[in-house]
Amino acid sequence: MTQASLGQSVVQKEIQAQNNGVSSSVTKTQPLWLLAEVTYRCPLHCAFCYNPTDYDKHTQNELTTEQWIQALQDARRLGALQLGISGGEPLLRDDIEDIVIEAKRLGYYSNLITSGVGLTEKRIQAFKEGGLDHIQLSMHDITEEINNFITNTKTFELKKKVAAMIKNHGYPMVLNVVIHRYNIGHMRQILEMAEALGADYIELANTQYYGWSLVNRSQLMPTKEQIDEAERITNEFREKQGSKMKIFFVVPDYFSDRPKKCMNGWGEVFMIVTANGDVLPCHSARVLPNMDFPNVRDKGLDWVWNDSPAFNKYRGDSWMKEPCRSCAEKEKDLAGCRCQAFMLTGDAEGADPVCSLSPNHHVITKAIEDSRNPVIASKPIIFRNDKNSKAIIAGELEDRVKEFHALP
Amino acid sequence: MSVNQTDIYAIALHHRFQWEEAQSCYVILFPEGMVKLNGGAGEVLNLVDGKRTVADIVLALTAKFSDVPDLAQDIIGMLDLAIEKAWLRQLN
Repeated sequence: MTQASLGQSVVQKEIQAQNNGVSSSVTKTQPLWLLAEVTYRCPLHCAFCYNPTDYDKHTQNELTTEQWIQALQDARRLGALQLGISGGEPLLRDDIEDIVIEAKRLGYYSNLITSGVGLTEKRIQAFKEGGLDHIQLSMHDITEEINNFITNTKTFELKKKVAAMIKNHGYPMVLNVVIHRYNIGHMRQILEMAEALGADYIELANTQYYGWSLVNRSQLMPTKEQIDEAERITNEFREKQGSKMKIFFVVPDYFSDRPKKCMNGWGEVFMIVTANGDVLPCHSARVLPNMDFPNVRDKGLDWVWNDSPAFNKYRGDSWMKEPCRSCAEKEKDLAGCRCQAFMLTGDAEGADPVCSLSPNHHVITKAIEDSRNPVIASKPIIFRNDKNSKAIIAGELEDRVKEFHALP
Repeated sequence: MSVNQTDIYAIALHHRFQWEEAQSCYVILFPEGMVKLNGGAGEVLNLVDGKRTVADIVLALTAKFSDVPDLAQDIIGMLDLAIEKAWLRQLN
């Protein structure tokens, strides 16, 4: 599944609205956004997927329809409003129609996040009748070559057909394009393609390095100059075409001086129920050490959100270490991403190394250097597939992962 | 640009406006985002129904909250903002 769209953008937009003075202040945390990662199975094999590299462990023990419906009901009671139905490829399950109907009944604003593979006239009709609010389609490039290469599948023509199907059924056209070395040079053409498809929203999500994209970091990372140029083209396009198509450009954190306010804070607004029922405050939280994430098979979501040690662990700022603890900017970014801090430095409570004030910032500088090193960057891409997942579980790809303290 | 008294608006396509019990406020939901509306803003948008004119909305709210000073101006300001944010579409 594509990344970065989830949670972060909803929160960014809400904060913007708060700045306009129209939003109520948040006095208590609520899981406004529920992400249902209903399966890790996927017909695509994207090199940048943020899903766990050991996902193969979780493909045989998926929650049942009844368990999903229960989770939807419990989360709605806690205040969840936005529902993302994601994966893997959610359409590999045949009960998405039932989940959509229940989501509508409960008053969610529901979003199917899909590669488009498996979306048929019959299913989209059922989603429309069931009350699905929108469909977010991942696109990869304007060229068949890059689309098929980065997803390791022949899906280019299919995606165009699905885009038309979404439009024909009166859905808003929401495109998500993960940006990396192989498509960043096509930014203008990607935006023109989105416009030609009649997109209402397009998210240009610069790759963030978790899961498979971390393994492939040196192969995927564009240069700072390429990112600056891509942002310039995006801004130019935005000005030219006015407000018809909303364009979100997700800035890549490796090239920022300060970390992202990951998930708008741990256990603040975002909750993920994964395919096997684990409940997480962020996509890759399972990498963190000494954590026991609850599972919906054992505990209700009310307890998970309000009382579980895992969801309370990094709330607030009392867990922070220096330099974050006394930093004047700590409320802005809450010390960044816990997973990134642990994966890259071995210290889950330390500053996100993206921050130039982090004593470990050199790991980011080195990652950027490595991505420009032709010997390292020319190593083959490890595509997201069952075979590679099994290999990583078995420790066979050690040379590609040994520098990381954990792998999501 | 400001709204006119005779304009009629509705909630924009693909947007949903609803009361949220858990947050005790109105919200607008749309692809990839949501906005929680404070009390006053929610009251204004709650009257945007594709039938009432701007004048109707101002009249209804100034009657309901007669003790609030400069209310008409705030209502217009809220509608202007909602249009700028593309939460509303004009019907006439």
